[in-house]
Amino acid sequence: MSGPAERIVVPKPNHLRRNLIILGVTALIVGSAWFAGFDLGRILLNLRKGGRLLGRMFLRPDWAYTPRIVDPLLETVKMSVVGTFWGAILAFPTAVFAANNFIKNPWIAQPLRVILNVTRSIPAMVMASVFVAVFGIGAFSGVVALVIFTFGLISKLTFESIEAIDPGQVEALQAVGANKPNVLRYAIVPQILPQFLSYTLYGFEINVRAAAVLGYVGAGGIGQIFEQNLAWRNFDRVGLIIIISFFVVLVIDLASSAMRRKLV
Amino acid sequence: MIQFTNVSKTYPNGVQALKGVNLSIDKGEFVAILGLSGAGKSTLLRLINQLIDTTEGEVTVNGVAVNRATGKTLRNVRRQIGMIFQGFNIVKRMSVLSNVLSGRVAYNPTWRTVLGLFPEEDKQIAYRALKRVDILEKVHTRASELSGGQQQRVAIARALAQEPLVMLADEPVASLDPVTTIQVMNYLKKINREDGITTVANLHHVDLALKYATRVVGIRAGTIVYDKQMKDIDKDNFLHEMEQVYGRRIHSDEVLGDEE
Ligand SMILES: Nc1ncnc2c1ncn2[C@@H]1O[C@H](COP(=O)(O)OP(=O)(O)OP(=O)(O)O)[C@@H](O)[C@H]1O
Ligand SMILES: [Mg+2]
Repeated sequence: MSGPAERIVVPKPNHLRRNLIILGVTALIVGSAWFAGFDLGRILLNLRKGGRLLGRMFLRPDWAYTPRIVDPLLETVKMSVVGTFWGAILAFPTAVFAANNFIKNPWIAQPLRVILNVTRSIPAMVMASVFVAVFGIGAFSGVVALVIFTFGLISKLTFESIEAIDPGQVEALQAVGANKPNVLRYAIVPQILPQFLSYTLYGFEINVRAAAVLGYVGAGGIGQIFEQNLAWRNFDRVGLIIIISFFVVLVIDLASSAMRRKLV
Repeated sequence: MIQFTNVSKTYPNGVQALKGVNLSIDKGEFVAILGLSGAGKSTLLRLINQLIDTTEGEVTVNGVAVNRATGKTLRNVRRQIGMIFQGFNIVKRMSVLSNVLSGRVAYNPTWRTVLGLFPEEDKQIAYRALKRVDILEKVHTRASELSGGQQQRVAIARALAQEPLVMLADEPVASLDPVTTIQVMNYLKKINREDGITTVANLHHVDLALKYATRVVGIRAGTIVYDKQMKDIDKDNFLHEMEQVYGRRIHSDEVLGDEE
């Protein structure tokens, strides 16, 4: 035990892997900028033009136009509320069946997961434009798009929460003779309910933002008059719509985040 | 009451946790299961209520072959077997009352329990259960606000609400301090004695086994290597006998001592 301490020799770290990764990532960024035709000079050239346009939008917005945008704005919020509500209602049972610790049968869970992945990978805008083609112009098409999108989002987050619950509480319920609905009600729901509500609010926040632009493809709400005014080059009104939408979205976002913090 | 006949359990990963176990437990016994970590104690307990399935042999509880029971039969057997765990496993985000009432789910139609509509009778059973472990005053408290010892008492109350014939306890006091340990063990003993509930408890302390059990069963590497009624146990020689179970002698300074 005594005597001079033995010198410890550890092998030199190998940086080759790390350096290769840095090189690879740099190549990817530069490559994709080149591929996308990113040209700094052009951006600088356009900056003056863009500045003039921004000035027309935000220096003297057309405040008198405000009453006219109240209804479309309300419609946007309503669309998000309805979209989130139905999305969440559909998401709950789906999440339960997609969770592999509740339903052990992969023939049920796996197809559901594929469907969920598909619904989340299609942007709400794209879905909305398809539904506008199917159901016609108006808020209904937007709502359907939002329902599907929210459904995919909340289902996915919730089934992941279900898979992360404490299995001991489930086991204790099984030990008293509980069947599947009993386990769901007394061991799973109490554990995931706060998270589920939080995801629903999160979905609502995303939907308010999505709903604001959905009108661009004719799916109702504030986006629709935004698009009209832009087409008529009424930049003072476009500016007003942007300012007011920004504040409405901001307020909803803040309120919803505050509620979510209380939940979990 | 509980009968193991040539029971073996092999887990899907190939671990053979029990090998040819024969064990017969009578009504009203308080059996302490001792053994090293990994010896197969939890496996033995979980076979009794079939939280895990039997690989070979037969397990019967009150005459019912549980290893073959499914669906309704299994539900009816399980509701007569209370179980408490080292980690308590009560649902922290529910009230104490809901937790104890959940011990009644298998006695009620599913639609009623899902709506939370338990009959007044069941509520009375729940209150009585809470009263027996002296925690009735916490009936409307959220379970997450209780201490470990209190949570374990709620777990006992949930098991009691099942009006069980058998009580299984998997290291019920392993996460409790010595004083609370004695308290919880006393409740288990009281219930065992007053209601004649057959109790099987995995314990990590030989002196708790000596103090509370009427019979000690030792498991080593999946086989029963020791099985004696308390009245046949020579207390002075007990630590020496435990060598067969633990593989080496337990020294007197390794036991808990008297905590009261
Ligand atoms: N779910 C499982 N899957 C695979 N192997 C398992 C499983 N549960 C237990 N085992 C293995 O079976 C053996 C017996 O485990 P068991 O849990 O019954 O031991 P124990 O005596 O309760 O131990 P402890 O005192 O640590 O709780 C161990 O080797 C363990 O690794
Ligand atoms: Mg164990």
